[in-house]
Amino acid sequence: MDIDYDSQKPIYIQVAEAIQDAIVTGAFEEETQIPSTTEISLGYRINPATVLKGMNLLVDSKVLYKKRGLGMFVSPGAKEMVRQMRSDEFILNFVKPLVEEGRKLELSNDRMMALVAKEINA
Amino acid sequence: MKLSLEGIKKTFGNVKALENVSLSLNEPGIYGLLGRNGAGKTTLLNIICRRVFPDSGAVMLDGNPIGDCDEQLSLFHMMGEKTYYDEDLKFKDAVKYAEDFYGCGFRKDQALRYADLFGLDAGKKIEKLSTGYKTIFKSSIALALDIPFVFFDEPVLGLDANHREMFYKLLLEDCSRDPKVIVVSTHLIEEVAPLVERFIILKEGKVLMEKSAESMDAYASSVTGPKESVESYVARFQILGRSFIGKLETAYIVGQPDDAPQGLTVQNLDVQRLFIELTNTKKEAMA
Repeated sequence: MDIDYDSQKPIYIQVAEAIQDAIVTGAFEEETQIPSTTEISLGYRINPATVLKGMNLLVDSKVLYKKRGLGMFVSPGAKEMVRQMRSDEFILNFVKPLVEEGRKLELSNDRMMALVAKEINA
Repeated sequence: MKLSLEGIKKTFGNVKALENVSLSLNEPGIYGLLGRNGAGKTTLLNIICRRVFPDSGAVMLDGNPIGDCDEQLSLFHMMGEKTYYDEDLKFKDAVKYAEDFYGCGFRKDQALRYADLFGLDAGKKIEKLSTGYKTIFKSSIALALDIPFVFFDEPVLGLDANHREMFYKLLLEDCSRDPKVIVVSTHLIEEVAPLVERFIILKEGKVLMEKSAESMDAYASSVTGPKESVESYVARFQILGRSFIGKLETAYIVGQPDDAPQGLTVQNLDVQRLFIELTNTKKEAMA
């Protein structure tokens, strides 16, 4: 994924999400080391303090853990944890805005349900 | 090493270049020095590097006024927008001079690697190089320094998008390999913002703002909506500027309000937009 510098989403959160994505897709496997702050910083061309802030979010939520002197590792069970976290955010980031936008456009509830159902079955 | 500027003043003829500038550059990291043309950025960096002397005020290193001995001067490097090198100079000779002056503070092998990465012809005279390659010539030397203070004044001038991206990457690589105070002065704010840990904004010779990147991002917002609703809502805020498209208004305000009524869109102001709103002249704001 790429960092979107114009996005309203702070860059450190985008970094955390990029790492989450890599965990969910299996690019970063559980119980393995993830790239260093420097490596990620160079890869995205953003300052290492920002990368560290993003990583620390994931340490706080126990998706990553630190091994002293070695670096950051993906926790056992992280994939399922991330999937669960992202499902909770799915409601906030996608479902709610979808309903709000629908209301703004004066779509009826039935109409919205039908549109979603159509997309699901497509 | 702790570097601080105390009450620096500098006048050129009857132009006040710097007025009472005080600053500290202590923590290693990448600093962004922003300002309009003529704001005093280059003068400030020149004064720290002892290329220009202030009318009053002092540059202090670890609490003592900085002197002119080689030992102290070799703690600093400034990659300038102007080229002061001899026009016959070739890159392969420039690295020898840098090694003579900076000693083990210069990583010659790295400089040669950078030149090679950028595709710089090390055997060509600097006067024969294009604007972009003149910049690369100077940047490749500055990136290879392991000294406490390195300043880049418009380091991407004339560089194409590929070379700019590579420069940013090498700058981060350099700073993580040899932590040091790096100051980057540039007009390409959007591009350098993600690299920067601390911003310094100069306006008309004064420090207008000095903040961490994080507090800079949270400093101001834009509020967009119908003119009347925007105006009644932003009245209690400090307003930096306004723009209109017909009756649709965007007001730029200090703060991050979370109580805007429905129908108004509030967004964070990015560093470039904040800079523009803070430094626009009245005429520009009206245009």
